Amino acid sequence: MAKYVAKRLVALVVILFLVSLGTFFLVHLLPGKPAITILGTNATPQNIAIVNHQLGLDKPLWQQYFIWLGHLFGGNLGQSFTTHQSVGSIIANAFPIDVELIVISQILAFAVAIPLTTTAARRPNRAFDSAATGTTFAMLALPPFILAPVLVLLFSVDLHVFPGPASYVPIGQTLGTNLHAMLLPSIVLALGSVVIYYRLLRNDLIATLQEDFITMARSKGLSDRRILYRHAFRPSSVSLLASAGINIGGLIAGTFVVEFLLQLPGLGYELVVAINQGDYIVVQGIVLFVAVAVVILNFIVDFLFTVVDPRIAVA
Amino acid sequence: MPDDTHLMAVEDTRAADAAAGGAVAAMTQVSRRRKRLGWFFWVCAGWVAVNILAAVLANVLPIQNPLTQSDAINTAPSAAHWFGTDDLGRDIFARVVYGSRVSLEVGFGAVAIGLLLGGTLGMVAAYRRGAVDSMVNAASYVLLAFPALVAVIAVVTFWGHDLWKIILVIGVASAPVIFRIIRANTLSYATRDFVTAARTLGATDRRILGKELLPNILPATISFSLIGVATVIVLEGTLAFLGLSVPPPTPSWGNMLNESLQGLNNIPGVSNPWLVLFPALAMFLFLLAVNLVGDRLRQHFDVAEAKL
Amino acid sequence: MRVLDVTDLRTTFDTDRGPLRAVDGVSFTLDRGQTLGVVGESGCGKTVLARTVMGLLGGPRVSGSVTFSGTELVGAPPATLRSLWGAHIGMVFQDPMTSLNPVMRIGRQIAEPLRLHLGLGRDEARATAVSLLGQVGLPSPEARYRSYPGELSGGMRQRVMIAIAVACAPRLLLADEPTTGLDVTVQAQILDLLAGMAADRQMAMVLISHDLAVVATRTDHILVMYAGRVVEQAPTRTLFSATAMPYTEALLRSTPRLANPSHTRLAAIDGRPPDLVDRPPGCPFAPRCRYAQDLCRAEAPPLVAAEAPDHRYACWFPLGGRTGPTPPATDRGRS
Repeated sequence: MAKYVAKRLVALVVILFLVSLGTFFLVHLLPGKPAITILGTNATPQNIAIVNHQLGLDKPLWQQYFIWLGHLFGGNLGQSFTTHQSVGSIIANAFPIDVELIVISQILAFAVAIPLTTTAARRPNRAFDSAATGTTFAMLALPPFILAPVLVLLFSVDLHVFPGPASYVPIGQTLGTNLHAMLLPSIVLALGSVVIYYRLLRNDLIATLQEDFITMARSKGLSDRRILYRHAFRPSSVSLLASAGINIGGLIAGTFVVEFLLQLPGLGYELVVAINQGDYIVVQGIVLFVAVAVVILNFIVDFLFTVVDPRIAVA
Repeated sequence: MPDDTHLMAVEDTRAADAAAGGAVAAMTQVSRRRKRLGWFFWVCAGWVAVNILAAVLANVLPIQNPLTQSDAINTAPSAAHWFGTDDLGRDIFARVVYGSRVSLEVGFGAVAIGLLLGGTLGMVAAYRRGAVDSMVNAASYVLLAFPALVAVIAVVTFWGHDLWKIILVIGVASAPVIFRIIRANTLSYATRDFVTAARTLGATDRRILGKELLPNILPATISFSLIGVATVIVLEGTLAFLGLSVPPPTPSWGNMLNESLQGLNNIPGVSNPWLVLFPALAMFLFLLAVNLVGDRLRQHFDVAEAKL
Repeated sequence: MRVLDVTDLRTTFDTDRGPLRAVDGVSFTLDRGQTLGVVGESGCGKTVLARTVMGLLGGPRVSGSVTFSGTELVGAPPATLRSLWGAHIGMVFQDPMTSLNPVMRIGRQIAEPLRLHLGLGRDEARATAVSLLGQVGLPSPEARYRSYPGELSGGMRQRVMIAIAVACAPRLLLADEPTTGLDVTVQAQILDLLAGMAADRQMAMVLISHDLAVVATRTDHILVMYAGRVVEQAPTRTLFSATAMPYTEALLRSTPRLANPSHTRLAAIDGRPPDLVDRPPGCPFAPRCRYAQDLCRAEAPPLVAAEAPDHRYACWFPLGGRTGPTPPATDRGRS
């Protein structure tokens, strides 16, 4: 088991290294000189030289990379051109919002998905299951950028159940207001997640319930409920974990969308703002941060696989 | 707690088949599971075809110019403008039809690139195995670790928003996933005896790949490619919604949703609900149809594979 | 003391092609401390019989009666069945590889019924489970308590299954092909273990197998099934010494014997088991029986008594020089 973890850690380091490499070279995709893009076409040669020197662009590429990497480890991700705020502090302020959105939405998603799936799996292909399967399938055609505006229109603008855009209040300040503002976006995210969890878990659960050891468990006189949650769920939770891993990408997309829509100052919102302002250092910093966070998250999910199903580590 | 006996229901099929014994059971099982494609499938396939045709033939169809502005701002659907007009007076119906071009071009284009890159690599890697396979496989793991949306946003931001660039980037981004799927599919066939037999008969690798393996993985490839098209369209839609895809005035479904937001920010009510409704509806119906066709095909071909 | 009383049990599945009568009128009784062997080819209905007796099947139509120590099981509410399962009726399943939950430690799987039915506390259940593991012959039971099924061999897993089945000292144990899939050397051990446990706890046991050798020595009575019906039932000794039904004889003959010279041809029974949906008239074994005559193909023989007590068979022309039952009067004048 320890060997397995060690192997994965090595892979993690390699991936992170490659991620940093990729992110670093992004800036060099800019057509023309970065300095001109930043300063504008009227820039004087002296200013260009200054900016180039500031960005360290006059050194050889590989050297630039290691300098940049060194800065990274020191916590220095650069500075925003527009606000002169350090990228690090921008991320530090924005990140908790994403965390809150994801945590609330996933709690909601699991709270709905698990009872939904277990109820459907007990009577496969009957009314409830067909309805649930059909609905979740249709929801695949309603990604967050379609669903969110519609729901916001309905609940915020028309019905005034939830607050509209730009109503975010930090959680430390007023818990009630904060939650009130975060609830609708979390619901949007949760809906997308429920779809993925349901689809994967339902099939797995139905297959598991047909296994011999479930019959055996019944012959021991265990109640259906106990069998579902104690015996069938554990092997199927691998599916749940796998779907959680798959869902990460969709969650990020959804988070960006709802932040943009409701002007919640999370990483997605800051990213779009930075892009629109040409603040490339900020863009690079946020991209790097999100990529690293996702890689680490995937690694944790992978690790949890071995905890949930001991057969995986042995394989 | 509702009727507890239903947990037993799942056992019945197995027990009946066990009792019936042998080939009889196998036959009845397969014939019971093989799903007919059904009329709804053909409706959806038809709808996909309609969309594709409309996008391709948009120029020759009797619809208005999507870029022409007018004074009829934010009007409701009427005889003159079937879907109404947006806040620059442009005909929404025309914009929806022309907008489908972006989504479809990105969808099919990116998947095609992904198949070309990832698919061929996947087939070759699965067939050849060995060091090259391990390396490429490991590389695909690494590439998959990077979240797709973020990667696409990053590259498009730094490289440019041209449509072809977007198609290329998304195509390359989808290559690792397609690689893994096709590699897995090919593996399940490459190890079978008929491939070994072909080799002993002196068939070249290219012939085996083209004549033996490709036809076998084709059905499954088609079905998951369709689902891939839907995924890519959602990805581009997200990009467009964030304002990061093809720039205005080119219409795209996601663009239009983005434009409809101008009325949302800090202003109660919306300037134009039709600008939200019609692109959203168009996208929803198309995605639903594509997903359904892809999914049904997958179910249909899965059974055929199981019979082997 | 009568533990099990099965009367005219029928199990019918509704399939696409019509009703499938997997069990077609089976009756037998079982007392405490007795072991009944049920033997027959694959598909003859033995497993369906076991599951029907237990009440595990929820879909098919079941008619007839299964009385367990006075309680009627057919049509009983699920709660009643659940209170009996594990506590008073235990079942050992065929495939130890798939019948144990692969992601749950085996100790917990044994302790589960103990805590549920006997209300044992956690430590008590654990101690009892460990003791059970020792009784079924697992070395180092303390360590094994925390093992996962994947870490054990097939024989050991089957022992664990037996431990689970007998944990609450049930009055009845149904063992469905408990040795199929195990090495021959292990088979004997498992069977001896089962027999020992049954004797120690005075359990009534039903031992199901397609292998006649398995039921030959460790049973008091044997039921021979074919196409869902009982074609012969007798005390074990009698079955072998005074075989009446040709199918039983064919089964006996097809068992390879160590004493035969090498390269002796295996005597297989020609043909295949009948289709249980479209049953042809007459005796189900007729198409494959070497003694079959026209009457056999026309009318199904009833189950009649032979000379020895508790010996019944279903055949128009039984072996051993007996006179078979009188054919119905509407017969075409053959005898």
